[in-house]
Amino acid sequence: MTSTKKTQSVEEDISPEAAERAAVASTAPTGGGTGDYVRLYFQRVRGGDMGSLPGVVGLVVLVIFFSVVQSSFATLFNFGNMFTEGTGTIFIAMGLVFVLLLGEIDLAAGFGAGVCAAVMVRLMVGYNAPWILSIGAALATGVLIGFLTGWLRAKVRIPSFIITLAFFLAFQGVMLFVVNNGAGQHGNVTITDNVVLSLANAQMPIWSGWALGAVVILGYAGVKLLAVRSRYKQGLPAEPVGVWVSKIAFLAVLTIGLLYTLGQNRSLNQTAIPRNVNGKIEFVTPAAVEGVPWVVPVLLVFFVFWTFLLGRTRYGRHVYAVGGNEEAARRAGIPVDRVRISVFVLSGIMMAVGGIMIGSNVSSVSVSNYGGDVLLLAVGAAVIGGTSLFGGKGRMIDALIGGAVVEVIYNGTATLAQGANGDSLKYVATGIALLLAAAVDALSRRRAGSTGLA
Amino acid sequence: MADQPLLELHDIDKRFGPVDVLKKVQFSARAGEVTALVGDNGAGKSTLVKCISGTYNIDGGEYLFEGRPVTVHTPRDASALGIEIVYQDLALCDNLDIVQNMFLGRERMRGLVLNETSMEHAATETLASLSVRTVKSVRQRVSSLSGGQRQTVAIAKAVLWNSKLVVLDEPTAALGVAQTEQVLELVRRLADRGLAVVLISHNMTDVLRVADEIAVLYLGETAAQVRRTDINQQQLVELITTGRLSDPGDTNLSNSPASEASA
Repeated sequence: MTSTKKTQSVEEDISPEAAERAAVASTAPTGGGTGDYVRLYFQRVRGGDMGSLPGVVGLVVLVIFFSVVQSSFATLFNFGNMFTEGTGTIFIAMGLVFVLLLGEIDLAAGFGAGVCAAVMVRLMVGYNAPWILSIGAALATGVLIGFLTGWLRAKVRIPSFIITLAFFLAFQGVMLFVVNNGAGQHGNVTITDNVVLSLANAQMPIWSGWALGAVVILGYAGVKLLAVRSRYKQGLPAEPVGVWVSKIAFLAVLTIGLLYTLGQNRSLNQTAIPRNVNGKIEFVTPAAVEGVPWVVPVLLVFFVFWTFLLGRTRYGRHVYAVGGNEEAARRAGIPVDRVRISVFVLSGIMMAVGGIMIGSNVSSVSVSNYGGDVLLLAVGAAVIGGTSLFGGKGRMIDALIGGAVVEVIYNGTATLAQGANGDSLKYVATGIALLLAAAVDALSRRRAGSTGLA
Repeated sequence: MADQPLLELHDIDKRFGPVDVLKKVQFSARAGEVTALVGDNGAGKSTLVKCISGTYNIDGGEYLFEGRPVTVHTPRDASALGIEIVYQDLALCDNLDIVQNMFLGRERMRGLVLNETSMEHAATETLASLSVRTVKSVRQRVSSLSGGQRQTVAIAKAVLWNSKLVVLDEPTAALGVAQTEQVLELVRRLADRGLAVVLISHNMTDVLRVADEIAVLYLGETAAQVRRTDINQQQLVELITTGRLSDPGDTNLSNSPASEASA
């Protein structure tokens, strides 16, 4: 049997005992101590199962690089700016994780997001609809788009690449039509609704940011502890103390660091400027820009919910199963077609959310803000984060990590080459990053295949 | 062995258009025994299995399970009866671990949440009850398992679901010597636990080692179904290749040699 031979070939360069443990290597808790756990992790990485590691390493390297070469990168203003600028992509990428888990692709996610945002803004501006109704309509549009794509894929059996390529073109037209209200005007509608504008442009009060941080840290710690305790009580091998304590500590440090940084006033004009107040000249300090942008809690809610859905529910298990081996899933009685349609629907919801966020960030909805690079950035985010293009492998956190990498590249290169060449550098750099991520994915898959640790 | 066979098939016909793939096939399998199903390529073994599993609907004949006539139209009907098929290509998800694969499609829940600890316990116990020691951790991904281990997981899945009849399609076809040994032992143990095991194999040595009864198909017809003790390797090969014995002895051969139909 080929895979036996292959497993043995890996075992050659390590002791038989370690080889045994390598064979056990999985994301699951093992009986050993922290040392064993760490060693297993590195064996897994060497075996090709790298998960988010390339993304995390890339993020650190890129942040250091841009901080050194470019003075405006590592500023408080830019730090806050990147959150609101990058989250639209991340929302779309979160939906794409579901699609990619089934080995499918959605090339129309960018203009799909645009159509949803256009529906929202047209209802608000043209028909004075309240924000909640308009956002609801955008989400419903996303569901509809997702269902249509999924139905064509699952029932008509057109490859998703082709369906969404067709939609990529068609949605551009639909978006233009909706934005122009069918009248062929300027292709741009300004968002006036305060709630929608606040999503990407307003900050939470400082105290509520800290409260959010506390919920995140305590919530994570609670879930971890409950899981470990329940496994101990059941007599099952559980994660070593050192590991889960480190994980919680890392999250706490990261959260506190972010909250502290975002708690500083990052406004570009902090010096008092003279103003004419009732005929008198007074020196007025501009309003401070500080606190966590509202997109962050929105992002966290979706992130936690999708992570739970993928990791803890029957539905999530079935998504992984269909992505891993469709035939096996079908024989196990999993409704494969329904799962396939559903991932496109979930992706449709997230593309609507992403579309609204992008619109909120630039305060308007126009075709140019949803074209070309939005989709590629979103796919890039998921893949750079560690979601496989071949299906069956990926997590929700990949969208966050990869989204951060993409945003850092995008933001860092945009102003690195000032002037006319800024954009060209930005596109080339992002393209290379996507290609690198896909290469890592393909190579690690090959490596995993040859070591039996896919 | 006077007791009632668990599965009895009488005069099974299966046609694909003008082609008669199965013609009046007789087959039975008893609880606690390994019944081997052998035959050359195109003899109709796979078709018969698909009829048993409900993937194909039979065009004629009687399907008796536990002595009662039943209709099996879909794989779901078959699993409801307690029939589990372990396919040659295994039908495991490489990206899932052993527990996840064993419970795939039948996950244990606690409310809306998967009950992982309960499933892990059950999987561990099942593997232990089958004396499977080659698997180090039930949280190992299936992609990291050897062929024999995969086969073991697929078979253990059948046991976990309290199946009454397990059909194994070429379980040793892709395995090395040591792994074949392990799987055959497991096959024997399944029968000893009281399951009816149907073993499809090309390997005469394997069949003669573990089977209690051997059914031979020849060009879509039952050439014979005999006790293991009533036949030797040479006779078995003769049955498979010609559909009859030159010296029938006390075996109950079907009297008509097969005609020209092919599968």
